[in-house]
Amino acid sequence: MKPTQIQGRLWVLTDPQGRLYDDIDTDMIFHNRYLHITDVAQMGQYTLDNLKGWQDFARKAQAGDIVMAGKNFGAGSSRQQAVDCFRALGIGAIVAESFGAIYKRNAINSGLPILTLPGLTDMAGRFQTGDSLAVDFATGQVVLNGGQVFLGEPFSQVQMDIYQAGDLFAYGKLLGAGT
Amino acid sequence: MLHMEKHMPGQTIIQKIFAAHTSAGALVAPGSIIWLDLDVRTARDFGGANVVKNYRTHYGDSPVADKDRTFFTFDLVVPANNIPYANNQQLCRVFAREQGIKVYDVDAGIGSHVALERGLAYPGSTFVGTDSHLNILGAVGAFGQGMGDQDIAFAFKTGRTWFEVPPTMKVVVNGRMQPPCTARDLTLAVLGRLGSNGALGRAIEFTGPAVEALDLPGRITLASLVTEMGGIIGFIPPSEEVIAYARQRSGRRDIEGVYADPDAEYVEVVEVDAPNEPLIACPPSPANVKPVREVAGRRIDSVFLGSCSNGRFEDFAAVAEIVEGRHIAPWVMASVVPATREVFEQMLHSGVLETLFHAGFIISNPGCGGCASGHIGMTGKGEVQVSTSNRNFPGKQGDGETYLTSPVTAAWSALKGEIAVAE
Repeated sequence: MKPTQIQGRLWVLTDPQGRLYDDIDTDMIFHNRYLHITDVAQMGQYTLDNLKGWQDFARKAQAGDIVMAGKNFGAGSSRQQAVDCFRALGIGAIVAESFGAIYKRNAINSGLPILTLPGLTDMAGRFQTGDSLAVDFATGQVVLNGGQVFLGEPFSQVQMDIYQAGDLFAYGKLLGAGT
Repeated sequence: MLHMEKHMPGQTIIQKIFAAHTSAGALVAPGSIIWLDLDVRTARDFGGANVVKNYRTHYGDSPVADKDRTFFTFDLVVPANNIPYANNQQLCRVFAREQGIKVYDVDAGIGSHVALERGLAYPGSTFVGTDSHLNILGAVGAFGQGMGDQDIAFAFKTGRTWFEVPPTMKVVVNGRMQPPCTARDLTLAVLGRLGSNGALGRAIEFTGPAVEALDLPGRITLASLVTEMGGIIGFIPPSEEVIAYARQRSGRRDIEGVYADPDAEYVEVVEVDAPNEPLIACPPSPANVKPVREVAGRRIDSVFLGSCSNGRFEDFAAVAEIVEGRHIAPWVMASVVPATREVFEQMLHSGVLETLFHAGFIISNPGCGGCASGHIGMTGKGEVQVSTSNRNFPGKQGDGETYLTSPVTAAWSALKGEIAVAE
C-alpha cells in the first residue's frame, strides 16, 4: 500500500500581485515548445517555466514538496506532460481550489495525488511558501504547520484505486482489461 | 419493469448517451463513475507519439481492441516544420501500419472536423482523442472528449475508459442575431457570461431560439469554446439539418438525435441574450470579452483566419464577401488556414480562394494553423494579432498579443489595419 498521508514543504503559486493564481493553463505549466519530449525524466526541468514569477521553480523544488494553486489549475490542452513534469520532480501532491477537467483525469490516471480544497481562494492568505503541509488523501484533511485544519475533498474510489495500483495501466490489469 | 421507468427522474443528454454506452443497469447519475464504451478512439500528431510509447510499454505488439474504430489524425504541425514533430508523426505512421490503423495524414486537416465530414462522429456517439477541443463534437449532439496520452493508449487497447458522470447546466440564448453579429459573437457572449471556469466539471446543454437558429458551422463555433468555459462537453440538440448531414456522411440511416427529457435535472440554468453588437476577447484570456467598439482603432500587425472554431467554408465565404475587390492594409500579414481538405476544395471551386488571394491573404494547406504555435500564424514580441482561433493565453500563439473575434470582425480589421467594428 502506498501512503495515503503525506507531509511536505509548500509552494503557494501566487501572481506578481501576490494573489493565488487562477486558471494556470497547461502552456504555463509545460509550454508547447517542449511537447516533442517523450521521456518523463527530461520533463521536470521545464515545469512552470512559462508562468510569470515561477520560471525557476524546477530548480528550487525538491522531491516531496506540495504545490498549491487557485481555481481551474491545468486548464487548456490535454498534454500529459503538464502532469508528468511534476511527477518527474517528485512533487508529493497538488492542492487547488479546482482543476481543469482533462488535467484532473490525467493526474488521476498517472497516480499523481491531487486534492480539491473548496474555498481555498478566500483563505489563501493563511498559506505561505515554505510552510509545512500535511495532506490525507483518504479523508481530505489538510493540516497547516501542524495546527490549522482544513477539509478538502477525499479521493474518489477510482482515484484511490488507481493511485494504489500505480497508474491507469496497472489498475486496468488488475481489472483484467488489456491483458 | 415499466413501473420503475415511470418513476425514474428525467435524464439529460449526457445521461442518455452514457447509459447507452455502459453496462445495462449501471447508475448513470451525476457524480457516479461508470465504464464508458468508446465508439471511436483517436490520437493526433500532438500526443500521438506518447500514446504509441505508452501502448508499446504496456501492451507490446498486441493488437488494439478494434482497428476499424481507431484512427490517427495529424493536424497540428502539418506537414512537420521541425524534426522532432516529423519523428513523432513517422512513429505513429509505423505503429498504424503494424496495427492496420487508418491515418488521416498531414494533408487531411483538423481531426475533429474530419470526424464530422467522414461521419465518424454522429448524434449520440462517443469519440475520444488527444485534442482538448474534441468536445466540439457536441455540435452534432455527440459526446467527444480530449484526453491525455495514457488515457488514449488505454482506450486503444480496451475500447473503454472510466468516466465520472458530470452534472449538466443549461444555457439558454434568447433573442435573434442580426448581421454583422455571427455565431462567434454569440459564443463570446456566452463565454463572457460564464467566464473561464463557469462550466467547470459540467456538461452544458445549449438551447433557446438563437441557438436553434444556428447552422452546422455556427454550432461548431459555439461547441468549440466550451473547453474555454471549463466545460467537459457542450451539447447542441441536433436539428433536422444536422441529423440529415450525419446520416448522409456516415451512411447510417438509423441515426437519431438524443434529447433531454422535459423533467431532466440541471444544476444551473443561465439565460443569455444574443449579442446586438460584435464582441472580442482581449488578452490575456478567451473569457476577457468586450464589445469590439471598446478596443476599435488599435493598430494591428496580423490576422489569422481558421482553427477548429472558425475554419469552415462558410467562415471564409463571409470574409470573401467583405474583401471582394479590395486589399488588406499594407502593413498587415493575414493568413487563412482551412479546417480540412474538403473546405479547401470548396474554396477552390467557389472562387473564395481567388478572392482572398487577390485581397492579399496568405493561404495555407488545411490544419490547425497558429493554435498552439504549431504552424502558420505565430506572433512575435509586440505583435498585435486578430485571430478567429480559440485561445489567447500568454505564449499560446507566440510572444505577441492575440484578440479573438469572428471572421467578419477579422476581415474588417484586416482591411483597415486596426481593430474595426464591422460596417
